[in-house]
Amino acid sequence: MSFGEFRNTENELYNFQTRVGVAGGIVMIAFLILLSRFFYLQVIKHDYYHTKAEDNRISVVPITPNRGNIIDRNGVVLARNYSAYTLEIAPGKVTDVEQVITELAGVIDIRPSDRNRFRRLMIEAKGADTLPIRTRLTDEEVAKFAANRYRFPGVEIRARLFRQYPFAERASHALGYIGRINNTDVDWLEDNGLEANYKGTDHIGKTGIEQSYETELHGSTGYEQVEVDAAGRGVRTLSRTPPTSGNNLILTLDMGLQDVVETAFGDRRGALIAIEPSTGGILAFVSKPGFDPNLFVDGIDPASWKELNESIDRPLNNRALTGVYPPGSTFKPYMALAALETGKRTPTQTIFDPGYFDFGGRRFRDDKVGGHGLVDMYKSIVVSCDTYYYNLGNDLGIDNISRFIGQFGLGSQTGIDVQGESTGVLPSQEWKMKRFRRPDQQKWYAGETISVAIGQGYNAYTPLQLALAISTLANNGVMYKPHLVKYIENVNTGERRMVEPEPVKTIPLKPENIEVIKHALAGVNTEGTAARAFVGATYTSGGKTGTAQVIAIKAGEKYVESRVAERHRDHALYIAFAPVESPKIALAVLVENGGFGASAAAPIARLVLDYYLLGKKPNKPAAADDKASDGD
Amino acid sequence: MATDTFAEVMRRLIRRVAEPLDATLLAIIMSIVLLGMVTLYSASYENPARIVAQLANIGFAFIIMVVAAQIPPQLLMRLAPPLYLLGVVLLVGVALFGDIRNGARRWLSLGVTSIQPSELMKIAMPLMLAWYFHRRESVLRIYDYAIAVIILVIPVALIARQPDLGTALLVSAAGFYVIFLAGLSWKIILGGIVGGMASLPLLWGVLHDYQRKRILTLLDPSEDPLGAGYHIIQSTIAVGSGGIMGKGWLHGTQTHLEFIPERSTDFIFAVFSEEFGLIGNTLLLVLYMALIARGLMMAANAPTFFARLLAGAIILIFFTYAFVNMGMVSGILPVVGVPLPLVSYGGTALVTLFFGLGILMSMHRHRKLVQT
Repeated sequence: MSFGEFRNTENELYNFQTRVGVAGGIVMIAFLILLSRFFYLQVIKHDYYHTKAEDNRISVVPITPNRGNIIDRNGVVLARNYSAYTLEIAPGKVTDVEQVITELAGVIDIRPSDRNRFRRLMIEAKGADTLPIRTRLTDEEVAKFAANRYRFPGVEIRARLFRQYPFAERASHALGYIGRINNTDVDWLEDNGLEANYKGTDHIGKTGIEQSYETELHGSTGYEQVEVDAAGRGVRTLSRTPPTSGNNLILTLDMGLQDVVETAFGDRRGALIAIEPSTGGILAFVSKPGFDPNLFVDGIDPASWKELNESIDRPLNNRALTGVYPPGSTFKPYMALAALETGKRTPTQTIFDPGYFDFGGRRFRDDKVGGHGLVDMYKSIVVSCDTYYYNLGNDLGIDNISRFIGQFGLGSQTGIDVQGESTGVLPSQEWKMKRFRRPDQQKWYAGETISVAIGQGYNAYTPLQLALAISTLANNGVMYKPHLVKYIENVNTGERRMVEPEPVKTIPLKPENIEVIKHALAGVNTEGTAARAFVGATYTSGGKTGTAQVIAIKAGEKYVESRVAERHRDHALYIAFAPVESPKIALAVLVENGGFGASAAAPIARLVLDYYLLGKKPNKPAAADDKASDGD
Repeated sequence: MATDTFAEVMRRLIRRVAEPLDATLLAIIMSIVLLGMVTLYSASYENPARIVAQLANIGFAFIIMVVAAQIPPQLLMRLAPPLYLLGVVLLVGVALFGDIRNGARRWLSLGVTSIQPSELMKIAMPLMLAWYFHRRESVLRIYDYAIAVIILVIPVALIARQPDLGTALLVSAAGFYVIFLAGLSWKIILGGIVGGMASLPLLWGVLHDYQRKRILTLLDPSEDPLGAGYHIIQSTIAVGSGGIMGKGWLHGTQTHLEFIPERSTDFIFAVFSEEFGLIGNTLLLVLYMALIARGLMMAANAPTFFARLLAGAIILIFFTYAFVNMGMVSGILPVVGVPLPLVSYGGTALVTLFFGLGILMSMHRHRKLVQT
């Protein structure tokens, strides 16, 4: 080994050790990079990642509260919940929904209507986790599916609470129904800041009481904090906030009375509202035909929807709340009261009725050919003399009429605790100005007042308004806001909160004038147009029949019922209250195309009063009284 | 006395066997292994059999290390060219007849069993290059580096073709360390780095879609949160949520609720990090640093050029594994299948590592022999 070689080796070793030193330096730098990365993640961004880890770990599961029940004033349950199994598909976890349904049909009975309903749900309830393909599975079906479950990923059986309306069509327009939450509902929830409370809730009130008392019925959603693993399986419950059930609603409605009315209507179309005058509580709320609200709960199938929506009878139309009809002669008592209050007539003042009233070159006919002869106020109501009111209307003028009658709530919303009521039309010069565009249309003609005076012409009111008006009259001018809910009951504590009767106003009326009108209305039922309907009644009652024209009758032409197509026949109306001395009930009945009020509408009212005041329960539709067709 | 004599023989044998083992290195290794077992216990709580299996792996790997420490460098030198040639032949065999698994041709079926020849190359490559440089030690010329590069490129190209970019990079790193330690001129190294940077776009062009995706996913894991990004997102959350003190042993939620994928193997560092926090991470880094420092010192003091090169390369490969794994788990490097040395569950990796550390000890031991 030469010196040079040794130097060379020494040199190489030195070089190598330099390289090792450099490598060590690089290692240091690399580890410092790692350390700063750890510092960044674990110190600077720790809060962020801590939250992320907690979000991973904790899943907040909403617990849906039980919806409150709806109960009538006597404790009869009108809407309740029951638990049942449903077969649900998670559209997000299934590639071909149609294919899965076809395969499911091999295991469980799935009808075409189920399929159609499901398709509709897919479109309406976007973003729902799972949607029901079948509801109310039998135990056998549950077992069958369970055995085949492995074949259907993304399909599951769930126990759910369902809304049930045990009386189906009965009171359907008052109760309304719930349905699956759609985009419009989501907007409503967001506008009201309620979306958090509806996590886990699939259904919401769509119409009627179910809609207007939604916030009372729903309750507050509970929450469960669950620790979940990466696969989403719950590992353990961390905390639980129980839900609070929705409140029960106890209605003013009397289901027995409601049943009497709906039976009395039979197949006829129409509406009836019965009100307790001293509180405004609604005793019966009928719009016929009704519909079965149970169909809507989990999405109505397209065939049933089509049938309901396209039926000529328009069963989904809430006639009591939204239908507007001319009041016909039921308008006359208010006209008479206006005459007394304004001093245009005294009770004993008479006119001579030749059977017609000529005005402005036009002849306004009375019903009775040859006229009623000498007519005072009492007789004008009892026999429903048109000529008396043609005359009176002309004397009062349209603005006096509308100013006075408007006080009874006709032509304005009543403020009832269900949504969507119509305003109706209380004609006046101002109304006509607003209603029409062309100046010649905007002008009020005196001849128009003549028609208005007997409840025809532009007059258009809802049955609810007619009922509220007679109720207010029966209550001597004190109007209570009509309402369907009497108590709100806390399910947990059993505590009941009463919905206080709300006096809207007191119409300044002279008691002696009210007495005159009430006396005449009682006369209608004892010796007048409704006397036949009230033969043998053991209580006192007041009423007024009315007939609303559906098609205009030319002057000088006599309306003959039998000659007119059924849908063009007049609407029959009747308003009543009883007993006369201290009214417990007031009502308005409308029978669409029923003909004369005395023959079609008054007999229904008789059944209602008999039941409500005497407890008599009929079991068949009220017979139309053909012989009671004298007068209207 | 027969027993006395037997005891005496045993004592001598143990002393002879233990003699080449480096006490400092061994102490550091055992500290890391202990931390690894503690972490694995938490990571595989749902599968306790893994603890037993890993203990068996460690025992076996330890024996391998002791045996490797006995191997004289001369024997390794003799083995280097045949091992390398065998590796290249097998890689060619893979290219021609290999089984395709998961879209890559990496495995060679040998009838009873299948082998992955690229694994062999991780050892054969530094061995071969160290052998070559040792032979040319006194007459090292610039073209020797060129030949070294050819020795390096042939198997790396074959592995990259399979395709297995991760292993190709690790094998070329192993080779590069030898070349670097052998004294490759700084100019060429700097030139290579600049050239490498410049050719990155070119490299991008030849990458497979899934390889590009891995790199893109690293840059923005949220691009693919349920697919390739999931690993990075969840492991980063685990590391970050650990904080300074960690969530405590057995209390990592990311770990125990199974949000961390591969948590007992490649991603075990996420478990460690979540439960022991920045303090634990610093401790682990210090232990690795100590191990590498001790290894580099042993390399620097090794008697022959071959021993120095091989020892230095082994310890730098060890560093590479540790760095790449922790970098991947903490989201600064792409996901490559590299275990955390001495910590991740898995027999093969442990045996390979302990074998390498045994060789390192052997290289160091024979210095003493030369001196005495």
